[in-house]
Amino acid sequence: MENSTIIRIEKLVKKFPMGKGEFTALNGIDLTVGRGEFAGLIGPSGSGKTTLLNVVGSLDVPSSGSVTVLDHSIGELSAKEAALLRKQNLGFIFQSYNLFAVHTVYENIEFPLLLLKYGPAERKKMVLEAIEWLGLTDKIRSKPPQLSGGECQRVAIARAMVKKPSLVLADEPTANLDAANSHNILKTMEVLNRELKTTFLFATHDEKVISYLRRKIFLADGKVINDERVTS
Amino acid sequence: MIKFLLKGLLRDKSRSRMPVLVVTIGVALTVLMHAYITGFMGDLIELNARFSYGHLKVTTRGYADNIQQMPNDLALLNVNSLTADLKKQFTGLEWSPRIQFGGLVDVPDTNGETRSQGPAAGIGLDLLTPGSKEIKRLKLEKSLVRGHLPGKQGEVLLSEAFSRKLSVDPGGKITFIGSTAAGSMTIYNFTLAGTVSMGHEALDRGTIIADIEDVRLALDMDDAASEILGFFNGGFYIDDTAVSDAQIFNSANGPKSDDFTPVMKSLSQQGAMGTYVNLTKSWSKYISLIFILAMSLVLWNAGLLGGLRRYGEVGIRLAMGENKDHVYRTMIYESMMIGIAGSVIGTAFGLLFAWLIQKYGIDISGLMKGSSIMMPTEIKAKISPVDFYLGFFPGLFSTMIGTLLSGIGIYKRQTARLFKELEV
Repeated sequence: MENSTIIRIEKLVKKFPMGKGEFTALNGIDLTVGRGEFAGLIGPSGSGKTTLLNVVGSLDVPSSGSVTVLDHSIGELSAKEAALLRKQNLGFIFQSYNLFAVHTVYENIEFPLLLLKYGPAERKKMVLEAIEWLGLTDKIRSKPPQLSGGECQRVAIARAMVKKPSLVLADEPTANLDAANSHNILKTMEVLNRELKTTFLFATHDEKVISYLRRKIFLADGKVINDERVTS
Repeated sequence: MIKFLLKGLLRDKSRSRMPVLVVTIGVALTVLMHAYITGFMGDLIELNARFSYGHLKVTTRGYADNIQQMPNDLALLNVNSLTADLKKQFTGLEWSPRIQFGGLVDVPDTNGETRSQGPAAGIGLDLLTPGSKEIKRLKLEKSLVRGHLPGKQGEVLLSEAFSRKLSVDPGGKITFIGSTAAGSMTIYNFTLAGTVSMGHEALDRGTIIADIEDVRLALDMDDAASEILGFFNGGFYIDDTAVSDAQIFNSANGPKSDDFTPVMKSLSQQGAMGTYVNLTKSWSKYISLIFILAMSLVLWNAGLLGGLRRYGEVGIRLAMGENKDHVYRTMIYESMMIGIAGSVIGTAFGLLFAWLIQKYGIDISGLMKGSSIMMPTEIKAKISPVDFYLGFFPGLFSTMIGTLLSGIGIYKRQTARLFKELEV
């Protein structure tokens, strides 16, 4: 399963204007990620991992080179096509959860399905399934302010996973969690990765996350300096 | 999606309460102002119509051209016949001949010498014919302060303040000194039947009200009248109909060069009344426009603040694949919901306050002392059908314009910055 390529990056360069000059955030990245991988972009701040996640997530476009995600060339997508790619195939998990504070756990998880225009019965089935995966059954009517950090991140994962996306991009997902919650979250994501065959790509420098990764892509100064696969 | 947005709107008080409050206040003020102005202007128009202008007025062309001088030498002749014709031709109106006149009112002592004297403006109208509506039209029964209404020839009314000034009481004799329609001097004795207080400073200062037949005798105006006033049966002025009736009448009457040709003018074609009528017609548009602009500015700011507060929410929605135009559209839907809610509540409050002012009125008699124009001393609102929907225009437009302006920021937002923004 992991041999089927989901992300193909060739000679990716990403530059940002800075004053009168330019700042090169990514400098000639070549990378492929297969379906079902549990991989992480690892590196210190400024190494380019979030920029790379942005480009892969179709939130940004390459300055040169090519990035193909699920057979879509990111640089050639219009804003609407990029939004459609994100809506149908990508899930995002953020460091600060970014849940809708006034909506319940159920409604937060249901939101991506509303965007995809699923019918009420199908939505209900899918939301309840996601809630069960993440062990949130007793929190279904709670609102984010009533939840702990770990529970909030579980809701965020359920929201990202409910539509069963091909690729989940997680930017520092455990940064606001304690060790116990971090491990719980990571174990959950690992299980989902194995059971649903969803590809996970992390941007992290957290040792706890790194210990779970099956592929570790080290970045420094916008370049891949090491790419390790963990054999278990 | 609408359900999702509605839930968010209802639960997030800061997102809905402030805009709904602004819209409610604005709409309530719009409705109240409109009802207030309609009431005030309507009263002003009807007051002037009853005492002076009628809804329609027929005079001779010469009299109309010099109306400020009340030139009774140019009065209408054969009035009974003309009034009968008018009644036949314009069945939706009641027609009443009147004589406007001026002169001195003299109060003699027991020796017949002048005890007191003052200038008076007079109105001669039908007070004695059974079934005459003039008494009701001028609200003379309600205005009576002392004595009684004239019950026979030779009896007149004076305004209460005027009678006090002249020190004459009901039952006393007064003498009118003026000039006849032919220009000769006339001295005519009346008995003061009663005194009235009209509640209008300009009328209460020095008015004498007499039956038109007495005035005809005094001024030598047999079967003549200064003017014939027409009043719509419904009691309210209808400008379009009045203008149309006047046009029909004038086009059917003689050459313009003849001073004695009867001409008909609608209330809006007489002096400053046209301005009042037009102002009443256009007022609702001005009020709506002012409130739309003012509330749009407030709601634009509220929208900007709300937009800042919801920056994260909009960001996550864009990251999850919602199109920018969809986010923008949903914000406009939200503003419509707020606009409708605020408009309904605001209209209810506006109507409530307007009803209170309609029922109880606001006494402004203290402000009218020394006034020379005929204005009501009590302001009353008047709720009209337009008040039930007028507020929805500023209510809906302002929220939508406010959102349209504040929501432009969504399009200026760089999707690439979402991750950074969302992590802050």
